[in-house]
Amino acid sequence: MTALTRTSEGPARDGGMDPSAIREVTASDAALRRFLHGLPGVDQVGAEARAAMLGTRSIKTTAKAQALDLAIRMVDLTTLEGSDTPGKVRALANKAMRPDPTDATCPAAAAVCVYPDMVPVAKETLGGSGVHIAAVATAFPSGRAAMDIKLADTRDAVEAGADEIDMVIDRGAFLSGRYLQVFEEIAQVREACGDAHLKVIFETGELQTYDNVRRVSWLAMMAGAHFIKTSTGKIQPAATLPVTLVMLEAVRDYREATGRMVGVKPAGGIRASKDAIKYLVTVNEVAGPDWLDPDWFRFGASTLLNDLLMQRSKLTTGRYSGPDYVTVD
Amino acid sequence: MVSFDYAPAPESTSIVDIKSSYGLFIDGEFTDPAAGGSFKTISPSTEEVLAEVAEADESDVDRAVKAARRAHTRVWSRLSGRERGKYLFRIARIIQERSRELAVLESIDNGKPIRESRDVDVPQVAANFFYYAGWADKLEYAVAGRAPASLGVAGQVIPWNFPLLMLAWKVAPALAAGNTVVLKPAETTPLTALLFAEICQQADLPPGVVNIVTGAGDTGRAVVAHPDVDKVAFTGSTEVGRSIARSVAGTDKKVTLELGGKAANIVLDDAPIDQAVEGIVNGIFFNQGHVCCAGSRLLVQESVADEVLERLKRRMSTLRVGDPLDKNTDVGAINSGEQLAKIRELAAVGESEGAAGWSPPCDLPAQGFWFPPTVFTGVTQAHRIAREEIFGPVLSVLTFRTPSEAVDKANNTPFGLSAGIWSDKGSRILWMADQLRAGVVWANTFNKFDPASPFGGYKESGYGREGGRHGLEGYLR
Repeated sequence: MTALTRTSEGPARDGGMDPSAIREVTASDAALRRFLHGLPGVDQVGAEARAAMLGTRSIKTTAKAQALDLAIRMVDLTTLEGSDTPGKVRALANKAMRPDPTDATCPAAAAVCVYPDMVPVAKETLGGSGVHIAAVATAFPSGRAAMDIKLADTRDAVEAGADEIDMVIDRGAFLSGRYLQVFEEIAQVREACGDAHLKVIFETGELQTYDNVRRVSWLAMMAGAHFIKTSTGKIQPAATLPVTLVMLEAVRDYREATGRMVGVKPAGGIRASKDAIKYLVTVNEVAGPDWLDPDWFRFGASTLLNDLLMQRSKLTTGRYSGPDYVTVD
Repeated sequence: MVSFDYAPAPESTSIVDIKSSYGLFIDGEFTDPAAGGSFKTISPSTEEVLAEVAEADESDVDRAVKAARRAHTRVWSRLSGRERGKYLFRIARIIQERSRELAVLESIDNGKPIRESRDVDVPQVAANFFYYAGWADKLEYAVAGRAPASLGVAGQVIPWNFPLLMLAWKVAPALAAGNTVVLKPAETTPLTALLFAEICQQADLPPGVVNIVTGAGDTGRAVVAHPDVDKVAFTGSTEVGRSIARSVAGTDKKVTLELGGKAANIVLDDAPIDQAVEGIVNGIFFNQGHVCCAGSRLLVQESVADEVLERLKRRMSTLRVGDPLDKNTDVGAINSGEQLAKIRELAAVGESEGAAGWSPPCDLPAQGFWFPPTVFTGVTQAHRIAREEIFGPVLSVLTFRTPSEAVDKANNTPFGLSAGIWSDKGSRILWMADQLRAGVVWANTFNKFDPASPFGGYKESGYGREGGRHGLEGYLR
């Protein structure tokens, strides 16, 4: 991390990692490789043991109520099916604004995440509600398309009203060591995003090792990602707690080195409140409470929200209601 | 910014029934001590008196040894290994069934966090009984080339840091090998041993096979010095270990001593740093540092020392110190006022010798015995805190420049119980493990135990091995 020491002017502005340091480590594939492979390794057994320990925290009563509301505010309510229709997206958008129609104190979700062609529909429904519109672009979920197509995909989504873009990286390029190519793609998409926030999806299930997860996290952060995200949800395993832990360590270290904060979004497979709370505990104890905010941590999920709502109502009423007491959208 | 303070999550104590007074467990029954002496055991986290416990004198110990001898000659040594194994399996299963009760009682009496008693101690206790149950009918495979036989009566004295686990380490191999035992638990933590006595009754273990005599140093001395004890097994301080070695010198008693340590936890510059920091925390703050094999000397390569220390301090700031029965507590209470005084004294020595002590901000409860997790930097081999065992949550940090310097410093200690190496480079780990004079060397982990793995030390850390096949040898002739 030597090349990335904090600049003397204090914390760098958004996206402003010391430019000369970035130029230095991205001067060539070899330089970038040296930098990424020079990051401290991740011991698999140790990382998994730490995640398992954090998963045993017992979150009760007021802390649980706080965690459930926070988790609801962090949900990117997602529908990414070939069969998506305007009706489906409208339903989802309404649900994001009023997750629990019977309880006005229930917070709204963070965003609705859809394919680019559905952005206008979402925009129409969400309007000025404060719920963000996220679109997966760049040939989601495989990322296998020419660069100009990925960029066009991104611009389309932004022009249609998306304020958050979820891009996928080219895992093939990363796994074959073409780190600079991945870096440049992320930087170009970030450019194409304009004012929209960029979330970079790694598909960690395909990258497999924790060393890769740490390297790709640094790569994306240096290229300007606002958020780093585990998975598309189309590949198993999707988000896991140890992978998220390694990414949280990376954003923590990146802020330490550059002063810039990057968000983290685990996506796919998080279905139960109990699991969501484990993630929040991990955020709290690994990256720190600064990240306990929808601006810095999100859940990419569709079924999680209903479980959060059922647990929330259990906590307020003391009783479990059935699945018919939450909406199916 | 959200402040995510975890609400208290206390484990219920309703599962445990602590009696107001306990007798001695001799010949399968709880009996009163001859002289009627007793002492109190208190909760280290509240200083509340938990129970009156009988104090065994020489005549009580004699009674226990006689019962053990009778049980050995008449019953236990005559049973087939297979039959002994059945009893051990039964005990192991009852321990699993009553695991929550055992974990809660252990945390109340010892002060250790329920997270550790529940997730580490009690599962390990059951695992040890299961493991040695499996050996009971296979002893001839444990010691190649001879027909093994039991020694007779084992006199066992165990410490207060892992009351149940140390009991399991002692009792399970002794019984598997066909011996009977007289065990003295530590005076500050006798309750789970007495609950174990109830488990022996529940398992219908023949009377006299396990005897538990409670008391302090005098009781322990009586057990060790009893002429009809064939084997002495002790875990505890080096100082007491020396006096035991003296007292059995010239007799034909077999002895194993598992004594103090001042383990080096070595972090090389290519280590997986985040996991190394976890390992350092686990190495010294696990069980409040009341661990003989604790990684109390951190040896970190100078080139990564600043980074490791910064991360260590940040990690220490997230440790939750407090009520041992809260499921979210990481660091519990110091076991006794006496031990707390000793830790304070040595920490003061560290300061006065010029080392810099640091503790994260934490509110310690008003009642009970507490010491915050502490790290001393700027420590050298010439500091007392780098040489003496503190047996508390106090870490001394030393630096080195090359791997061979790390080995030299690690070995430069009167102890030799355990060591840890953190490196991503396998060849370096193997090279270093080969050089270290320590009974256990952990690589990229720390304080991991397994019943199948032998444990014991070099030099002032004692002699003999417990655990694994080697652990049986100390109980066989």
